[in-house]
Amino acid sequence: MKSKKGKTTDEVTTELVAVTTASAPNEYFVLCLYIAGLSPRSTLAVERIQRICEHYLAGRYELTVIDLFVNPEMAQQAQIVVAPTLIKQSPSPKRLFIGDLSDEKKIFLGLNIVI
Amino acid sequence: MKSRPVQLGRSSVNKPTWSIPLRGWPRRFFCLKESSISKTVGKKNSALTSLPKCTTGIQGLDEITSGGLPRGRPTLVCGSAGCGKTLLGIEFLVRGATLFNEPGVFIAFEETAEELSQNVRSLGFDLEALIEKKKLAVDYIYVERSEIEETGEYDLEALFIRLGFAIDSIGAKRIVLDTLETLFAGLPNPAILRSELRRLFRWLKEKGVTAIITAERGSGSFTRHGLEEYVSDCVLLLDHRVDGQISTRRLRIVKYRGSSHGTNEFPFLIDEGGISVFPITSLQRQHEASSERISIGVPALDAMLGGEGVYRGSSVLLSGTAGVGKTSLACHAADACCRRSERCLYIAFEEPEAQLLRNMRSIGLNLEPWVKHGLLRFHAARPTMNGLEMHLASIHKLVEGLKPSLVIVDPITNFISSGTVSEASSMMLRLVDYLKARQITTLLTNLNRNEGALEHTELDISSTIDTWLLLRDMELNGERNRGLYILKSRGMSHSNQIREFLLTDNGILLTEVYLGPDGVLTGSARLAQEAKEMATAAQRNQEIERKRGELSRRQQALEAQIAVLQLQFQTDKEEMERDITTEQVYLEKLEQGRQEMAFSRKAESNGVPGSQKKVRK
Repeated sequence: MKSKKGKTTDEVTTELVAVTTASAPNEYFVLCLYIAGLSPRSTLAVERIQRICEHYLAGRYELTVIDLFVNPEMAQQAQIVVAPTLIKQSPSPKRLFIGDLSDEKKIFLGLNIVI
Repeated sequence: MKSRPVQLGRSSVNKPTWSIPLRGWPRRFFCLKESSISKTVGKKNSALTSLPKCTTGIQGLDEITSGGLPRGRPTLVCGSAGCGKTLLGIEFLVRGATLFNEPGVFIAFEETAEELSQNVRSLGFDLEALIEKKKLAVDYIYVERSEIEETGEYDLEALFIRLGFAIDSIGAKRIVLDTLETLFAGLPNPAILRSELRRLFRWLKEKGVTAIITAERGSGSFTRHGLEEYVSDCVLLLDHRVDGQISTRRLRIVKYRGSSHGTNEFPFLIDEGGISVFPITSLQRQHEASSERISIGVPALDAMLGGEGVYRGSSVLLSGTAGVGKTSLACHAADACCRRSERCLYIAFEEPEAQLLRNMRSIGLNLEPWVKHGLLRFHAARPTMNGLEMHLASIHKLVEGLKPSLVIVDPITNFISSGTVSEASSMMLRLVDYLKARQITTLLTNLNRNEGALEHTELDISSTIDTWLLLRDMELNGERNRGLYILKSRGMSHSNQIREFLLTDNGILLTEVYLGPDGVLTGSARLAQEAKEMATAAQRNQEIERKRGELSRRQQALEAQIAVLQLQFQTDKEEMERDITTEQVYLEKLEQGRQEMAFSRKAESNGVPGSQKKVRK
């Protein structure tokens, strides 16, 4: 913590640059998909995110699928209102993808994946 | 590949089914019937109205909704910013949890739980304690639009789960969604949101929780996003209006399916005790009429009022021009009330308490002990401080708190300055009605302007007044005096006389005025007239004395004359008697002489005629 506080402005800016060009191939993704039961919409979303992860983020992602019917308390903790919701927790910035993930363009843009 | 075990699968919690066949029209049909029944049968037979109600516990709201909000149905509370929607919701939950043991869930879309509990702490609501006791659950729902990317179809199932979880965690019977419409700002697709909200309200109904949904007022419609389309059971409209720089909060029931309700705008207060709605216009005019009489503080005035004073629970109006002693008389009434160990509320619009107390001391009336004993309570307020409704509301609150048996409003004319005349008069009417219904004697003072008749109040409340005392100035011979008379006093014999009203060091004194050939005289004119009369009387007395003396003198003279005459008569009488005796003696002497003559002539002693007869035979 102390070393972080002691950062110079130059270091901070370089870090910011690193974040914006997050398409670095070694970036590790933490994703969380919240679904409400096994509705067709949920299954669709699960299938799609799994496919995207396997294709583009193979080996550098962590995907958790949480069924809110099983773990209703998770909805409050993660501030989930709609289902399905995919949350990209890291790398920052945090992004929320709502819907059945059919719009892949938006997902790539949000996940900063360059095809 | 690194991936966590996927948690999938249908939960054991049954997903509710949404289709409710044929729900719309038959219910509406029945509701119409219900309301018509409740109207005809009236309040008492509430068992007939099948709509169960959820008592809110908010002061006054249950009265105007005749029992509370529809149980198990959502109620929409709409209003513009700062009109008390959130507070109404919070109080609904807090009262439910504390008074009716009905736990509640507060879904906050605008404030965090901490902010919320801080905001309502000033009203005496301890949310943290309630949360700890599992009587209340607060869930802060936060949707950040900038983080969200819409990538296909979605629904609000997660929100439902969240609400369901919160409700089930404490077994909630009540829920407040404050303000649901922020979702429209957070989520990109209003069409989905609309259909989902419709589903939400249906879901809430199935859950059987009584819900309050708050919404911002939109222009031209009750809510900005037309929520009133979905919540159709009960709609409350809150309003915070400023009229002539005076703000009043008002509440109106726009609709309430299946129940009779008050339709007016009801003013409400937010103070340290939460919300108080005042169902002022819903009062019914069915009060008992007491035949107990109470003193008004001036014995001579009580004597004028049939000897016993006014009826308890009646309304007394004191009207008069400036400086005739209305306040002094009112203070006497307050004093008399406190002497009976009854409480009195004095609403003073003209003078602050200390000044009133000082001024009353100058006429020998010490009200301070009563104030100290808590029997007398002054409420000094500026009429322009609040709107009329708020005045009425605060008077209600004071009356409910103090439970006085006498309420004095001094003067009522000042209400005009915080509204129009018609508003002020309708407000006075309701105040008088309200106090009468509680058997509280009302004493109102009315300041008459110099123009216009004295037998007239600007607020036109004379018809609701039971006893009307008129105080008036009488200007004569360069001085001004006060007169009092009873214009009317319902249900008792009362004096028709004008009394002179004197403010002395020992309080109010009523004296008889001079009524003579020159009219009514008061003040020094009365004194002068009295002196004149006394002089005249003294003169008359002297005359009488003189006449009396003359009479006795005359009598004496007469008696003396009588004595002289009697003396004379006596003398005459004696002389006459002497003459009579002399005559009798003469007669005797004459007879004696004749007999002696006959004897000497040798005549028969038996008489001449007898002897002559014998000769002829």
